[in-house]
Amino acid sequence: MSYKILSTVIFLPIVGAVMIFMMNRAKEALIKWTALTLSVLVFLLSIPLFTDFNRTTADMQFVEKHGWVPSIGISYFIGVDGISVLFVLLSTLLTILCVTVSWNAIKDKTKEFYASLLLIEGSMIGVFCSLDMFLFYIFWEAMLIPMFLLIGVWGGPNRVYAALKFFLFTLVGSLLMLVGIIILYFNSGYSFDMTQMMTMNYPYKLQLLLFWAFFAAFAVKVPMFPVHTWLPDAHTEAPTAGSVILAGVLIKMGAYGFLRFNMPILPDASRDMAPAMMVLSVIAIIYGGIICLGQTDLKRLIAYSSVSHMGFVTLGIFALNVQGVQGGILQMINHGIVTGALFLSVGMIYERTHTRVIADYGGTASVLPVYAAFFMVFTLASIGLPGTNGFVGEFLVLLGGFTVSKPLGVLASTGIIIGAAYMLLLYQRVFFMETSSGVKEHCHGDINAREVFTLLPMLLLILWIGVYPNTFLGFMDVSVQHLLLRVNPPQSLPQLTKDMTEIIGVIK
Amino acid sequence: MNVTLPFPDLAPAMPEIIIISAATVMLLLELLFKNKGVLAFIGVGIAALAMYFVPMSIGDTFGGMFKSDLYSIYFKFIFLLNLMLTIMISLQYMKREKAEYGEYYSLLLFATAGMMLMASAKDLIVLYLGLELMALSTYILAGIKKHDIRSNEAAIKYLLLGGFSSAILLYGISLLYGLTGTTDIYAISVYLKFQGSSLAVVMAMMFITAAFCFKIAAAPFHMWAPDVYEGAPTSVTAFMSIGPKAAGFAVIGRMFYVAFQSMQADWVPVLIGISVITMAVGNILAITQTNIKRMLAYSSIAHAGYMLIGIIAGTSEGLSAMITYLLIYTFMNMGAFAIIILLDRGDEIKDYEGLAKSRPLVAGLMLVFMFSLTGIPPTAGFIGKFNLFLAAVQAGYAWLVVIAVMFSAVSAYYYLRIVMNMYMKDMKEEASISPSPTLALAIVITVMMVFAIGIMPSLVIG
Repeated sequence: MSYKILSTVIFLPIVGAVMIFMMNRAKEALIKWTALTLSVLVFLLSIPLFTDFNRTTADMQFVEKHGWVPSIGISYFIGVDGISVLFVLLSTLLTILCVTVSWNAIKDKTKEFYASLLLIEGSMIGVFCSLDMFLFYIFWEAMLIPMFLLIGVWGGPNRVYAALKFFLFTLVGSLLMLVGIIILYFNSGYSFDMTQMMTMNYPYKLQLLLFWAFFAAFAVKVPMFPVHTWLPDAHTEAPTAGSVILAGVLIKMGAYGFLRFNMPILPDASRDMAPAMMVLSVIAIIYGGIICLGQTDLKRLIAYSSVSHMGFVTLGIFALNVQGVQGGILQMINHGIVTGALFLSVGMIYERTHTRVIADYGGTASVLPVYAAFFMVFTLASIGLPGTNGFVGEFLVLLGGFTVSKPLGVLASTGIIIGAAYMLLLYQRVFFMETSSGVKEHCHGDINAREVFTLLPMLLLILWIGVYPNTFLGFMDVSVQHLLLRVNPPQSLPQLTKDMTEIIGVIK
Repeated sequence: MNVTLPFPDLAPAMPEIIIISAATVMLLLELLFKNKGVLAFIGVGIAALAMYFVPMSIGDTFGGMFKSDLYSIYFKFIFLLNLMLTIMISLQYMKREKAEYGEYYSLLLFATAGMMLMASAKDLIVLYLGLELMALSTYILAGIKKHDIRSNEAAIKYLLLGGFSSAILLYGISLLYGLTGTTDIYAISVYLKFQGSSLAVVMAMMFITAAFCFKIAAAPFHMWAPDVYEGAPTSVTAFMSIGPKAAGFAVIGRMFYVAFQSMQADWVPVLIGISVITMAVGNILAITQTNIKRMLAYSSIAHAGYMLIGIIAGTSEGLSAMITYLLIYTFMNMGAFAIIILLDRGDEIKDYEGLAKSRPLVAGLMLVFMFSLTGIPPTAGFIGKFNLFLAAVQAGYAWLVVIAVMFSAVSAYYYLRIVMNMYMKDMKEEASISPSPTLALAIVITVMMVFAIGIMPSLVIG
């Protein structure tokens, strides 16, 4: 490769955003087409990450490193491994869909909208690629600004409240992490280099302290029970593109943070805190599911289902075994695809009827049959039907969970049953039964080609991962095993050398 | 006995001499020019000239009462920058407010000269001289809109409370002189190191602390700030929110790191208390404000609280982080005030409703300054806070940093309120602006610096 892939996919959207911001606001078509071209271009440029990725090593790949603030040891250090590479691809793909789904929905301040969207894309990818703590934090926080605007400016009726809640929740968590990062810096020999931190052994007390500092930031993002309350508001009020980004990528950053920081840098604390994390995860699974059963608002229901699904993710991650962690990562991708697809679909119908109340719908399947078919697949994937991606992820997670604790595994499994209940109930109420007057009045003809092409990639990915997950599991296999070796060292070193001498003795 | 005083070496004091002579000449020139704008350009030129001489001015002079070192040079740079930016944003504004007096510019120069003297004072007498020169000039500046009753009120309030704080300072100085027999800051330091402290010394230190906490608007000596900031002409508010605060910090740094160095155990708890109260008062009271200048007054109180953390750290890193923060604060705060001046509407926060619709560029710039004041990357505000927290954690004050970040999360609420008003509320009426080339230049400089420092922190760190 002759170009720096990672830097390109991080900064091309950011430069594009600045470009769009400079454009004449009257030329809406030009703005939209520029945004689309850029997002497609970024996606195409990110494809070598998929094709040229070496799956046999846990090392960082596509690494770039330059001094940035040498006097205090900050460098521009980026790279991906098996854990992060898929998220970069997910981000670049979802951004295209966000552009296409907003094509007609965003009529006000178009310029700022697409600029914000591209800024978010750039900083999201930055978060997943950063290998320097300081750089990571810059991207992590910088994303708050465009996301805040996205929810607050183009969102629903209660958008200002939702945007503020999102911002403040995330900010408090992030700032505590900042203190953690600074403390870590002084304990790592004045360095922000994550790859170096991953090999160091910090005192146990410090690990515990830092674990909670990082937990503050990541748990809010995931979001874990009990700091999830910003999510339903933000998801519900955000415009479709905002919900897709939030559900698809943004909340993955929390779980990614656990994988990238808490586990490899603070292995002892992670091991000891894992049971607590698993209990919180199971609470989120069941609590999120039960709340979903009582929702009357389409987007709010899907939002709460995210709480439940992300519970599976954190459950898998903190099971600290290969199945659990792989399942957790795959489930993150799955959730990004499925929930992203559900929000895209809801956005399409909302654009027609301008209502999110489930009771206002009914009989949609008779008016929009193609749309109904798409939605059916997404619903089944969300439930975790075998053959869809949801099944693979949840199965692996539960496998990992059962290995650690049977009661927790059983409780988590009930979450799937609750999930089936609320999703099927939702499908029935929206698509079957008598055709409601609102649907009759506003929905004419099926979804158009642009909308079909927005949903199609998601459908294909759902089936691909459902039928042949190894394409994606293969990416993370080595990296996950490497990570788990760090958290669960197989044997202590003296023990190992003792064994070695015995073996050598036998040979002699 | 015949004592002849040698003629002092003027080189170390050259920047001050330039500023003071220029200010005096400008008072006379004022009579010649009908268009007072000429004076503004002269003022900027003089400031630039003085800035040119600043780096070359290292040395002691006037019998060791005046000390120009690296420390004072950094501060002088901030003062002169503040002066230049203030003049740039004033030009059109003073005309619009019908308060265009030539004295305005020479008073700005006098005040700046006072601040520079404070930063360079090696002797308590020079310190007091500088303080009064700065204070008297700013009293007048606050009330320069002669026919505006609020401006008058601000001036009177500032004068009375400022006079009171000067008296307290003098009392502290006299106590210290009585105890140590000298007014030389470095001699005091040596004396205290060998003689140890006593209750009386602690009292003197408290008085001096109180007086300068008044200048930096730290709680509980902040009461004057909101009223004065609100009443004074906006350009003067911008000037006051940076200059005297920086000068106050210059003195606090010098006093605590040199004179009271041996008494660190005594002053650290005091400053920690003041810092925490200041952050609390500034951030919490800012939330309820409806006037943007008043809100920025409380915000400036809160920022003083953060900066005190740099002093508390007690290390050279802490001190330099504090100075860096002041520099960054100069850019972002001046930028915010420049936008306030640019807009013709009132100073109420609700006047900003829907600004993004009618003036997208202005709203975008204000957004940058608000996020920078909150401390969100990639703006300079974040770098300032990060650097400060780095120093504090290094000195072992991680818990204080946790308090500071929590208050900084609180601050997000009131800064975001401006952003929400601009972007998320409906427009009531088209906003009119009164741009001028110098104002535009000031905004361009500040916004560029906010991003440049945010993206290339090596400009200010290290």
